Amino acid sequence: MNVSSKRNKLSYIPTTEQDRAEMLQSIGAPSVDTLFEQIPAEARLDRNLRLPPGLAEQDVVSLLEGMAARNKHLGELTCFLGAGAYDHFIPSVVDAVISRSEFFTAYTPYQPEASQGVLQSIFEYQSMVAALTQMEVSNASLYDAGTALGEAIIMAHTTTKRNTVLVSRAIHPHYMQVLSSYVSGLGIKIGKADYADGVTNLTAMREHLDESVAAVVVQYPNFFGGIEPLEALTEAAHAVGAFMIVCVDPIALGLLTPPGAYDVDIVVGEGQPLGIPVGFGGPFLGLFACKQEHMWKMPGRVVGATTDSEGRTAYTLTLQTREQHIRREKATSNICTNQALMALAATVYLSALGKDGLRHVAELTFQKAHYAQQQICGKAGYSAAWNVPFFKEFVIRSDKPVDQVNQRLLDNGILGGLNLGKYYPELENHMLLCVTERRTKEEIDRLVELL
Amino acid sequence: MKQRQEPLIFDLSREGRMGTTLPEVDVPEISIENALPEGGIRKDLPLPSVSELDVIRHFTHLSERQISVDSSFYPLGSCTMKYNPRVNERISRLPGFTSVHPLQPEETVQGALTLMYELERYLAEIAGMDAVSLQPVAGAQGELAGMMVVRAYHQSREDDARTTVLVPDSSHGTNPATAARVGFQIAKIPSNERGTVDIDALKGMLGPNIAGLMLTNPNTLGLFETDVVKICEMVHDAGALLYCDGANMNAILGKARPGDMCFDVMHFNLHKTFSTPHGGGGPGAGPIAVKDFLKPFLPVPVIEKDGNRYWLNYDKPQSIGRLHSFYGNFLVMVKAFAYIRMLGAEGMREVSENAVLNANYIMSKLKDIYPVPYDRYCMHEFVATAKEHKKRGVKALDIAKRLLDMGFHAPTVYFPLIVEEALMIEPTETESKETLDAFIQAMIEIDRESREDPDMVAHAPYNTPITRVDEVGAARKPKLTCFGE
Amino acid sequence: MYPDDVKYTESHEWVRVADGLATIGITDYAQEELGDIVNVELPEPGTVVRAHEAFGSVDSVKAVSDLLSPVTGEVVEVNEDLEGSPELINQEPYGTGWLIIVRMDDTSELNELMDSEAYERFVEAE
Repeated sequence: MNVSSKRNKLSYIPTTEQDRAEMLQSIGAPSVDTLFEQIPAEARLDRNLRLPPGLAEQDVVSLLEGMAARNKHLGELTCFLGAGAYDHFIPSVVDAVISRSEFFTAYTPYQPEASQGVLQSIFEYQSMVAALTQMEVSNASLYDAGTALGEAIIMAHTTTKRNTVLVSRAIHPHYMQVLSSYVSGLGIKIGKADYADGVTNLTAMREHLDESVAAVVVQYPNFFGGIEPLEALTEAAHAVGAFMIVCVDPIALGLLTPPGAYDVDIVVGEGQPLGIPVGFGGPFLGLFACKQEHMWKMPGRVVGATTDSEGRTAYTLTLQTREQHIRREKATSNICTNQALMALAATVYLSALGKDGLRHVAELTFQKAHYAQQQICGKAGYSAAWNVPFFKEFVIRSDKPVDQVNQRLLDNGILGGLNLGKYYPELENHMLLCVTERRTKEEIDRLVELL
Repeated sequence: MKQRQEPLIFDLSREGRMGTTLPEVDVPEISIENALPEGGIRKDLPLPSVSELDVIRHFTHLSERQISVDSSFYPLGSCTMKYNPRVNERISRLPGFTSVHPLQPEETVQGALTLMYELERYLAEIAGMDAVSLQPVAGAQGELAGMMVVRAYHQSREDDARTTVLVPDSSHGTNPATAARVGFQIAKIPSNERGTVDIDALKGMLGPNIAGLMLTNPNTLGLFETDVVKICEMVHDAGALLYCDGANMNAILGKARPGDMCFDVMHFNLHKTFSTPHGGGGPGAGPIAVKDFLKPFLPVPVIEKDGNRYWLNYDKPQSIGRLHSFYGNFLVMVKAFAYIRMLGAEGMREVSENAVLNANYIMSKLKDIYPVPYDRYCMHEFVATAKEHKKRGVKALDIAKRLLDMGFHAPTVYFPLIVEEALMIEPTETESKETLDAFIQAMIEIDRESREDPDMVAHAPYNTPITRVDEVGAARKPKLTCFGE
Repeated sequence: MYPDDVKYTESHEWVRVADGLATIGITDYAQEELGDIVNVELPEPGTVVRAHEAFGSVDSVKAVSDLLSPVTGEVVEVNEDLEGSPELINQEPYGTGWLIIVRMDDTSELNELMDSEAYERFVEAE
């Protein structure tokens, strides 16, 4: 039994011919094929898979380098595109830590005695997410912002036992699509609250609010970059006993008053800006924090601090009866594998920056974005869509079609803003631009010049 | 692993320190206060202030308190803890992959789209299916996508009566949890004395109300569902669909394909079968593969190819919609792609053959002292019981903890639920015979200890960074952050 | 061994009746089987519970069990001490570890329940 005789043996299958013979003898099977005889003949594959032949490591590296070279990356393009994936700087320490194989080759920390490294890092992550959002508790991470919103809505639905949610149209349209798919089988109706002047329309929102509403959902800053009036929105939601769910940009929370200060019930967010590359959209990081009174309804893994039998501080997965492996069809969510390594990246990022560093990154971002917006609006044919406070993204109305503007920018090595007309028919000739701390004055001036 | 305790990063904080350097503002500044609404600026932010060296030392210290595949044999059943080839890490860090914005114009991301398109084709071939969506980011989300496809299929036929999904009593908890998430009722099928689906019971449960059956094959006992073809026939005759939980694909790579067994839809776990690492609990990836007739229901966007150009198609009116903010865990897909290209067709067979050989070898050496409830050849993993040990005061959990003392990760314990004091052992193909022998010796030693000094085993571990934790205290008075009290 | 002043269900709940109000808890046997209880989910006052149907659940570290109501009626009071101290159920299952008080619709439902002797035999047979 040796299917590999015509090629070099795979470096990571160590079993030799002699090993195999000894093992088969212990098993009492004449051949490896015997072990597969439990698969009925009609279900067995009697040919090789039609896959390209195996490659040596150097050939795989060349192949993949070639594929990577067919993408234009942000080292080659100057990025003014955001819309859910952000080009913030990643300090070198982040990759140094998440490249440690003690972290990336571990499994979910089921055995706390041998998993304190991952567990403590998650506890620190939960603490940082709580600090950033000013909420009482956080889970160990979810997949991304869109799915975290889906989970938050389901949690509000099961807690309030109400069946409608009011979602602002000023949330990321992809998140709207994800949360709609997420709740589609559960009899939850999604009402969309319109926006006015770049933020959620409070008056219209109030008109739709009644005691059938489980939750109000907004983004902060919203998809257009505008800073939502969280206090008024939360008051309106609470007045009818609905949850307030806010989806945040964690970098903005270095500067802006956190949602927890407004007594919101659940905060979710996209953790990608916290030291995670844009990576063609994933892996990202779903932040999830809520009030302590709701913690037994939270989705996903949670780590808690406790002690070991000798009284030493110890960390462990806790509140596990919420989860699928115990509660099965009654679980708060079906999630198990989450984004632990990305949560570690965020923890390292927030450790390296600290409170002063995060504030500084937020202020740099804020100043550069406002400079860019002013310069663009000073140019003929371009104006601000709305006069609304914003953080790092803003909407510009153009006389020219956005695709035409963007093509000219791309020809000059600049990745322009998002064409909003593709998502909002009423926003034709509107583009959503993003400026992070990475953009220099020189780059911004060049953008303005080429517009 | 080191015993030394490591303080929280918050405790290392000293006012004025920072772990990175940041540039000065290079644009004319405006007043932030004036630009934001009143009360819009946050006042305090309780994050730590530490130096760069503090950051590196702290996380290095934490890493020294962590078991991993790189440090230890990790026979965690159902999790396929194989070696993670380093080439995966190398190529997934190329800027041409990491620094590509998901909303860039399609002509600037042809490399990424090519990779995804080709990976879909490879997975379809491995599955024996027709179409693949890479979007689900974890096994559980793959299940969600798959069961949403099942629901959408029945809805497209206006067959609204199919409200119940069948799952075997040996199934992963995610199966019923997922089906419930999609809005289905759950009915449990008992296992027979061979550890597989009880056909007669299944027959009695099938009817016009059944939407589908979720089956793991090989099942969670590590046994192939020998009646799978018959089961498929029965389920299809009843108008229901067959879902394959692909958690155990490592057992059958290149040897058998769910599509050929007549499954309609399945998910993969790229972080298990295709060696993209587990990351301490993610990120993973859970692509789904379907037969042709379910293709219209796959999540959007779908990658299409016209000549040599790849593009993203959102115009799929029957699609279940979007399940991820963008296209899934792309950098995980890159690793799985590299792994598949490295192995090729023959390598795939070598994986499953060696995974199955290794599991059977350990079982042959241990089954006399740790009985297996279903004594037949296993696939890539097997389930033994410690119920005899329990009579001596040593539970499956205690054996798991004692293994930690001996430098191994523990097997999965207390799963599947139908086996008392279950120990679920999955060695994978990447471990050498010497490692398997060392593990076998450790299990024999623990058995001896359980006779001679059961109390000692019952309080293990001793050599780990911490001893047993107060899980009751952790859950009764949850402390989930370092703040408060 | 089992108190005489309460009646028992086969799912190991007890009920103590006074003035048409039924106080409900779980038995000492049940708390012993469950082990250390870490969380309790109970209905809000005003909720209507039905005999033989789940009205809440109790969690130990690695298991969760539904609580089945012995009687039908409206919940008038919930033991709020359990929220911070679920261990009361382990410590005093018939006392401070009570769960809810229900205003009964139909006192004849009590006739279906076991007395302490019958329950003791039932537990021994389990």
